[in-house]
Amino acid sequence: MADIPKPEELAKIDHTPPETPWMETPTVFRDGMWCYGAKPQNIEAVGMPNPREWSPKDEDWKLPDNWKEIVLDGMKDRLGKFRSFKLFMDICVRCGACADKCHYFIGSGDPKNMPVLRAELLRSLYRKNFTLGGKLFGKLAGGRDLTMDVFKELWYYMFQCSECRRCSVFCPYGIDTAEITMMGRELINLLGCNIDWIQAPVANCYRTGNHLGIQPHAYVSMIEFFCDEIEDVTGVRVNPTFNRKGAEILFITPSGDVFADPGTYTAMGYLMLFHYLESMGLDITWSTYASEGGNFGFFTSHEMAKRLNAKMYAEAKRLGVKWILGGECGHMWRVVHQYMDTFNGPADFLEEPVSPITGTKFENAKSTKMVHICEFTADLIRHNKLNLDPSRNDNLVVTFHDSCNPSRGMGFFEEPRYVIKNVCNNFYEMPSNTIREETFCCGSGAGLNAGENLELRMRGGLPRANAVKHVHEKHGVNMLACICAIDRAALPTLMEYWVPDVEVTGVHELVGNALILEGEKKRTTDLRGEPLPGMEDIEDEDL
Amino acid sequence: MSAQKSILYPLVAVLVLILIPVIGVKLGLSYFFAVVVPYAAFITFFGGILCKVINWARSPVPFRITTTCGQEKSFDWVKHNKFDNPFTNRQVLVRMALEVLCFRSLFRNLKMEMREGPKLAYGSAKWLWLGALAFHWSFLVILLRHMRFFAQPVPGFVDVLQNVDGFFELGIPQLFLTDAVIVAALTYLFLRRVVVPQIRYISLPSDYFPLYVLFGLVLSGIGMRYFFRVDIVKVKELAMSLVTLKPAVPDGIGTLFYVHLFMLSVLFAYFPFSKLAHMAGVFLSPTRNLANNSRAKRHINPWNYPVKVHTYEEYEEEFREKMKEVGLPVEKE
Repeated sequence: MADIPKPEELAKIDHTPPETPWMETPTVFRDGMWCYGAKPQNIEAVGMPNPREWSPKDEDWKLPDNWKEIVLDGMKDRLGKFRSFKLFMDICVRCGACADKCHYFIGSGDPKNMPVLRAELLRSLYRKNFTLGGKLFGKLAGGRDLTMDVFKELWYYMFQCSECRRCSVFCPYGIDTAEITMMGRELINLLGCNIDWIQAPVANCYRTGNHLGIQPHAYVSMIEFFCDEIEDVTGVRVNPTFNRKGAEILFITPSGDVFADPGTYTAMGYLMLFHYLESMGLDITWSTYASEGGNFGFFTSHEMAKRLNAKMYAEAKRLGVKWILGGECGHMWRVVHQYMDTFNGPADFLEEPVSPITGTKFENAKSTKMVHICEFTADLIRHNKLNLDPSRNDNLVVTFHDSCNPSRGMGFFEEPRYVIKNVCNNFYEMPSNTIREETFCCGSGAGLNAGENLELRMRGGLPRANAVKHVHEKHGVNMLACICAIDRAALPTLMEYWVPDVEVTGVHELVGNALILEGEKKRTTDLRGEPLPGMEDIEDEDL
Repeated sequence: MSAQKSILYPLVAVLVLILIPVIGVKLGLSYFFAVVVPYAAFITFFGGILCKVINWARSPVPFRITTTCGQEKSFDWVKHNKFDNPFTNRQVLVRMALEVLCFRSLFRNLKMEMREGPKLAYGSAKWLWLGALAFHWSFLVILLRHMRFFAQPVPGFVDVLQNVDGFFELGIPQLFLTDAVIVAALTYLFLRRVVVPQIRYISLPSDYFPLYVLFGLVLSGIGMRYFFRVDIVKVKELAMSLVTLKPAVPDGIGTLFYVHLFMLSVLFAYFPFSKLAHMAGVFLSPTRNLANNSRAKRHINPWNYPVKVHTYEEYEEEFREKMKEVGLPVEKE
């Protein structure tokens, strides 16, 4: 991890732009703000172009001789394929409404982190090369030539955008910087200049089915370890199945839930819920082949996203399930909701999802045939199918962080809140301009959750952390709930830096704590093994 | 380009543009400026916008990338925010109407403030919304009011509009509210660009140019109405001759009118090739004009192509022994 200044130091942010105009202000790569370059073996593993040893700090990026042609041809190709791209290159009026909506601008003060300027980096190339005005008048018309410095600048800022789409909510024309960044990154990938923190998960996911490169036997033993943990806490043994043909439902969750705390507790929550429902008719299986809900291909190119996403339907088809249930994850759900059916559908080998417990038809998912676990659980609670003791979360004062992608790519607000409010007694919202569609990114999304760019992450996460701090001080909030695996990986570091004393949880960890399993022993700890205050006393009284 | 240059160059350009008809008319080129230029500008405007829209439309919308700004359609017991997160095309129409007519998204605008601590606060910031709305609506009303020059008899709605606009009955000739509003709005839009450091930083010459042209257009119009009166009857004669495609230029209309007409022509001709095309573009914006129903209804990508994937067979081939060790079912023993 890079050394970064103390929070007091980092918080001294100047939002005034420099004297020199942006086109004439050279971009200097500041340590802590950029990620390492993709390693050749990870580029090679998925057959992408230009694998080589390189570092973004190098003078020479070892690009092919015709690199300019590749970039400009790539741009032309994408202008023809994506109306969003062409339109967003043309219609920005630079009103600046987006400027202070970006968490990276708020946290860094760097004007090129204003969404409008981030897009202008690309727009200036568009004007110079693809519009009459730019060809004739050059700089006067806002155009500029593609040079190595310009390309490096583009690289630097395309990896300082987490594709969170907050700016797009406020733009009067709906210009979506995520689209701009996705195009920018596609062009960058044509030259093999991805960051390794994206490329390595892509390569892993392609081969092993998940970002972390967990092989099937290890995946199974990790989940069995969770089963042991659950048994310790509850006295009940849960028995998940894997790659089982003929199951009714296939469950896919981000591998972060299987690998790293606190996501692992969320995974335990899923396991307990499935066990609870088993006797009521739930027939579900996990997969080691499709053992990744997340999709780092989405941070690389549309094609790579499709290649990785293909495993979900392929596995569902192979196992002969009826529909797919998806775990808590942010960009996974953007891909599932807005892309999967288009990429790899139609899923005509599946059936319209129906909850086997409540009989509820998930009509909003009738084509894609994939249901969010929070939808599924909210429906169970609504039908009184879960025996819950929310007081087992009384040691927690909870707030909810809306993850960017389910918020602005789905509008998934009430479902998780309904679940939380039914499994917790203490819930407080953060200020209204920092939640729901106006939610702030964790600062590490879209593949930027690396160690070497920690300063960028802490800066980008400042607006989110600041809102948590507000409810921490006002209501004593000590637990930040979320429905995203990148959040669960990134927010603990962010909290530690800006708001110590606040921990991070998935929603289904809270469900797991509250869910009363049949035949369970008196719980004295939560899933983390933390003692539950008061619970032991009750036990004494009972005696 | 420095901010000063970005502000000044287009100003100089527009001042030169103003001089062109002034000199031109003096040189006896009134037919050129009264007939040729407006026709050419008009054709460029409509032809240009048409080409632009066709060009945009030729690029498909491969994915349904709606930006959702409210609760999605979910269970019956969850309140659906129909217009910020539409599920049906009808709801999309309402969302688009709110966007185009009321600038819904701009209405959300906030201003971030960073205080000691650090403590971030987000205050409501409706000025941009108000300024933009005031400009666009007054421009539209003024444009419609001008219909009185292009139709005989004057359509009823134009009279109504004019009466409403002149409601205050101030001064002679009667002051139109929209004239005052558009000057105020343009001044605001210009000043914020020059004064707010971030906005000044992002502004290009092409952001100032249309503002100057609009100033030229509006001020010359106001000048003609309130200060240096031109022969209105002759103006209408010219206008009618233009719309009936029998152009005839009456003598002695007054130079200011030519400046006004030229500014309008410049604006029209410049329109399709500039950021002003947002007028048409906003209707095509995929984050706004698509229903958020992609899980219920499959969206087709016309250029979807097969890709290389890592199949289960390849996966099992690599890991079969390890899978068998932990009792995972395999396809091939």
